[in-house]
Amino acid sequence: MKRALLRGALGIVAIGALLVALIAWLNLRGEDALTPDAAPASSDQIARGAYLARAGNCMGCHTERGGAAYAGGRGVPTPFGTVFAPNLTPDKTNGLGGWSAAEFWRALHNGRARDGRLLYPAFPYPNYTRVTRADSDAIFAYLRSLPAVAQANRAHTLPFPFDQQAALAVWRALYFRPAQPVVDAARGADWNRGAYLVEGLGHCNACHASRNALGATATPLDLAGGLIPVQNWYAPSLTSPHEAGVADWRDEQVVTLLKTGVSPRGAVMGPMSEVASGSTQYLSEPDLRAMAVYLKALQPPTTDNPPASPRASIATGTGPGAKLYDKHCAGCHGDQGEGVPGIYPALAGNRAVVMHTPANVVHLVLEGGFPPATAGNPRPYGMPPFATVLSTDEVAQLLTHIRSSWGNQGAAVSALDVTRYRGVSAR
Amino acid sequence: MMPSVIRALVRAVLLGSIVLATAAHAAPRVEDTMAQRLLACTGCHGAQGRAASDGYYPRIAGKPAGYLFNQLLSFRDGRRQYTLMANLLAPLTDDYLREIAAHFSQLELPYPPSQAATAGADVLTRGEALVTRGDAALHVPACTQCHGAGLMGVAPGVPALIGMPRDYLNAQLGAWRAGSRHAMAPDCMAEVAKKLAPDDISALSQWLAAQAVPAGAKPATALPAPPPLPCGGAPARGPESAR
Repeated sequence: MKRALLRGALGIVAIGALLVALIAWLNLRGEDALTPDAAPASSDQIARGAYLARAGNCMGCHTERGGAAYAGGRGVPTPFGTVFAPNLTPDKTNGLGGWSAAEFWRALHNGRARDGRLLYPAFPYPNYTRVTRADSDAIFAYLRSLPAVAQANRAHTLPFPFDQQAALAVWRALYFRPAQPVVDAARGADWNRGAYLVEGLGHCNACHASRNALGATATPLDLAGGLIPVQNWYAPSLTSPHEAGVADWRDEQVVTLLKTGVSPRGAVMGPMSEVASGSTQYLSEPDLRAMAVYLKALQPPTTDNPPASPRASIATGTGPGAKLYDKHCAGCHGDQGEGVPGIYPALAGNRAVVMHTPANVVHLVLEGGFPPATAGNPRPYGMPPFATVLSTDEVAQLLTHIRSSWGNQGAAVSALDVTRYRGVSAR
Repeated sequence: MMPSVIRALVRAVLLGSIVLATAAHAAPRVEDTMAQRLLACTGCHGAQGRAASDGYYPRIAGKPAGYLFNQLLSFRDGRRQYTLMANLLAPLTDDYLREIAAHFSQLELPYPPSQAATAGADVLTRGEALVTRGDAALHVPACTQCHGAGLMGVAPGVPALIGMPRDYLNAQLGAWRAGSRHAMAPDCMAEVAKKLAPDDISALSQWLAAQAVPAGAKPATALPAPPPLPCGGAPARGPESAR
């Protein structure tokens, strides 16, 4: 009896030890040996790194609003707490001053910091793992060329157990493995370059994918759309023709959208404004064209979310929503929702308006907004916020009218929907 | 020769009628102007930016350009806290914000009537004293020492204090006092507001909001004497150099 108990206990300990060893191995697999830096960076390498840092929009998170460039401090809100991006300037104490290129590569490719800590995937290394070593070295060279800023890093505000390295190790064992760039020899150079930018540095699926209860995307390359946690903007599917798929766009329309923030087929809005103004507007024409080629070739989903058909009870034309539209919206968007080309988007026949989730249109009506001011569209036309003008019920009536008029077939919007997406957080 | 001229004329007439036909359908009339671009602002700040004095939103029309530019930067970059403004301005560049500031600063529009005071005579006396003479015991300078004898501000960096809603004045002085509004360092207004008690702030706002703006009043172009405090938002060398 005693021996059986002992055997049982030993067995449990052994299984536990094996599990820990397995998790540790899963966390460390695919790591290269840390080698000392080779040659000092050339000016060409630094210039290429500056370009690649734009492609990866490193600044978007690693610069606080109004703060010194790349000195960190911006919080990335997640359902598990806020993760603060650290200082990437060459400061010895707080930044990359003491790092080697190999350590930077390990952070980007394997998600481990210089001191060996596992990094939170709010830093999108599940995407960056597909960046090449040469590009990693160039970005590192560029960051090391910046002026050092002695700005201390902010501690993440994550409650137990999410603040534990062990929890992160389990997450990584389940959902992360180091990977190589997406390469398909059967496809052309443009497609492959586009895949590299979209799936790797561009980390598009950090937003354009849904996440499970533990914050992981369904597959590493998923671009099927998802609600951005906390911000409550919906990053539409890049594969679905009902959302933001571009299969039937011309290459140059995609290029124009990413380059200027506006295009004949639609404009960027919400969190994507920041991506266009901080990242894609700086990319070269061939790189943007390559991204267009890759995005246009994405497979549409087999099960899709077409906009729901309107309920029979929705009145059109004369209800309170129609009156609100005439008073507040028609002046710019037109009596028939026809818009003004290149300035005010048409609301009739606009897939962003009738999308299955009304999250983005609720945000737009409440908060208004400007398309990003870019070199290609330096003086954008803006839309006023209506949060201070319309009640929750009125916003619901107005959106229901817009989503079911002029041939639009979107579902009604309820006051509850408006409240749900109202999440007023600073971007 | 002749037929080609006729062809060109016919083409012009046809083209003209197509344009006209299109115009008949394109209902919204959109002008390539700053006013049209900035309808996003005038929804809250009143037509052309001339908000009435009885609401919360401040008038922006006719304020000094440097002051307006600094406020736009402050909202975008987090020195002033108001989510609607911060999100609106987040994707805009310094150049565009400068142009927006210039647009509103150049508008010369009539001011609305002042707001009748709701406080007693002693409160208004205290308010007037603080505005025009300051309080030596508290080390608070008179408002007029920086904002001009007419309180219409001083171009390019110092704003007017009259012609503004009382609620807005209260909220701003309160925010500076509580440390949630910041100006460019050195933040002179934070220094002043922290010396004021809530009752003093209320007295100031009551008196200021009750002052009528004289017809044609504009920001002063210079102060008669150097300001009593250094201010990052209005340094002698220009408003943008602090950034």
